Amino acid sequence: MSDLIELDGVEKVFEVRRKTGRLRREKREVRAVDGISFRVPRGEMVGYIGPNGAGKSTTIKMLTGILTPSAGRLRVAGLDPSRERTKLAQRIGVVFGQRTTLWWDLPLYDSYKLAHRMYRIPDARFRENLDRCVELLDLASLLDVPVRQLSLGQRMRGDIAAALLHDPDVLYLDEPTIGLDVISKAKVRQFLRDLNAERATTILLTTHDLTDIEQLCKRVMVIDHGRLMYDGALAGLHEAGESERTLVVDLERELPPVQAEGARVVKVEGPRQWLAFPASASAAPLVAHIAQAYPLVDLSVREPDIEAVIARMYDGRPLY
Amino acid sequence: MAETVTERRPAPGVWATYRMIAGMWIRSTLAYRASFVMMLVGNFLVTAFDFVVIALMFSQVRSLGGYSFAEVAFLYGTSTTAFGLANAVLGSIDKLGARIRDGTLDTLLVRPAPVLAQVAADRFGLQRLGRLLQGVLVLAGSLLSLHVHWTVLKVLLVPVMLLSGTAIFCAVFVAGAAFQFWAQDAAEVQSAFTYGGQTLLQYPPTVFAKDMVRGVTFVLPLAFVNWLPALYVLGRPYPLALPAWLAFTPPLVAAACLTLAGQAWRVGIRSYRSTGS
Ligand SMILES: Nc1ncnc2c1ncn2[C@@H]1O[C@H](COP(=O)(O)OP(=O)(O)OP(=O)(O)O)[C@@H](O)[C@H]1O
Ligand SMILES: [Mg+2]
Repeated sequence: MSDLIELDGVEKVFEVRRKTGRLRREKREVRAVDGISFRVPRGEMVGYIGPNGAGKSTTIKMLTGILTPSAGRLRVAGLDPSRERTKLAQRIGVVFGQRTTLWWDLPLYDSYKLAHRMYRIPDARFRENLDRCVELLDLASLLDVPVRQLSLGQRMRGDIAAALLHDPDVLYLDEPTIGLDVISKAKVRQFLRDLNAERATTILLTTHDLTDIEQLCKRVMVIDHGRLMYDGALAGLHEAGESERTLVVDLERELPPVQAEGARVVKVEGPRQWLAFPASASAAPLVAHIAQAYPLVDLSVREPDIEAVIARMYDGRPLY
Repeated sequence: MAETVTERRPAPGVWATYRMIAGMWIRSTLAYRASFVMMLVGNFLVTAFDFVVIALMFSQVRSLGGYSFAEVAFLYGTSTTAFGLANAVLGSIDKLGARIRDGTLDTLLVRPAPVLAQVAADRFGLQRLGRLLQGVLVLAGSLLSLHVHWTVLKVLLVPVMLLSGTAIFCAVFVAGAAFQFWAQDAAEVQSAFTYGGQTLLQYPPTVFAKDMVRGVTFVLPLAFVNWLPALYVLGRPYPLALPAWLAFTPPLVAAACLTLAGQAWRVGIRSYRSTGS
């Protein structure tokens, strides 16, 4: 049993009631997850992305046992999440970027102490894991601070540590980098990479920051309207979405649109020009060509916006 | 570093979980120690006011529905003690509605511990003991002043009554909480049955209409909390001409209520739907 996460035709339908009149109410079904199947082997780090309302959080809530699926079969570490929720809790760690599991009015350390007792972590193991998290996530100065006084980024790092003290086999991260500054993001990413490499922790991560995926995940799954639209390598996603990167060049002076093979100018503003080129192509030859043929002052490459990629990809049917 | 497969230990039990979570909440409020004493005293006084009303009534009349002051105090003491115990253990379960509405129940569900115990201990505060303390005092006073021919059976029946009564109230709390999974504002209905039931049972059944008494005997079996066993202890005739052996059935009724409430809870939690963000 090397697949740690298994989903077969999983669905989640929410029934929502809406007021349509003074007394009348209309029942409507929202198919938040609409027949998803995938497998994640042990030790893999997978990005789970898609636009707002795609069904990412709903999937994670089913994988933790918070929500009971409307249809389909789910297994995590061989357990049925909603039926064996408490047992599964020992084997998974969860971080909700939007919601803390820490104790608001108590020093950060107290939340860890509770985890120690509740997960019945052996003392030595607890110390070892805590020391490691404190060091790598830079928590030493925060342990005595009441959680309500922590900044968003500090709290998030605290939450990630809390999810890992009991050596989970699987870690779910629902937007773990939301609201973090560049340095905190880098720290969190490095931490996750190490965790995955050293402990073979299986990680499922949702995010709206494509850089998270690029730096962490070889495999990415795209979901939209509750359906899996893509499952494969990140590079392939760009091809599938025919996505483009943008090269922004600052020239010495205003010039007619730059001529370069494999790229087209999409916008000109004074001496600054925007060139679109396929995301799968390298920027180097293009840059070299422009630098040689034009008076170049500065340049930068913009990654494609993940939402745009997905929007372009989505035409109602899976792409693979 | 090779992966060390740590042995997964069984989840902490209901009681251990309760103690852990309650302890965290007590520590959370420890910073406001002064307010704790104030709330304890306040809780004691507010609930004691119920008894003051009864005492004032007896300054005007000699009996209430044919019951003496000591007898009514006995009903009051048993009802308040049973409810006070249940309330001390489960009192904040009616806050579950808020956790369901804002989705923070999610964080309790991912812990390896029974959710019911976590919810019961949620926002635990020692001031909840105020009501219990008051009930115990009134009960002790009534036991000292009652003129009852005590038999072994009657003496044993008193603690059995208190424990079964607590269990019945606990079942009502849990069932009410389970109902909040479908109607998050059901807390009001629940308190009508818990707080309202407690007040009802503080008075003798003879002061209420027959239909009311029927309702709390056969529909929501609150009469088994104290009325039926207490009337046996006091040697009073039963309402509705019920048989006397019913005085000894509260443990069975309590077990049945707890089983039903437990089922309702399990169904409720499976229909929890969290929130969209
Ligand atoms: N508790 C709920 N009740 C009703 N509808 C819900 C509930 N939770 C989610 N939904 C609906 O299900 C759909 C999927 O929501 P979900 O939270 O899974 O999206 P998401 O992919 O996590 O989006 P985001 O990127 O905005 O976090 C949305 O249409 C949402 O309105
Ligand atoms: Mg989400």
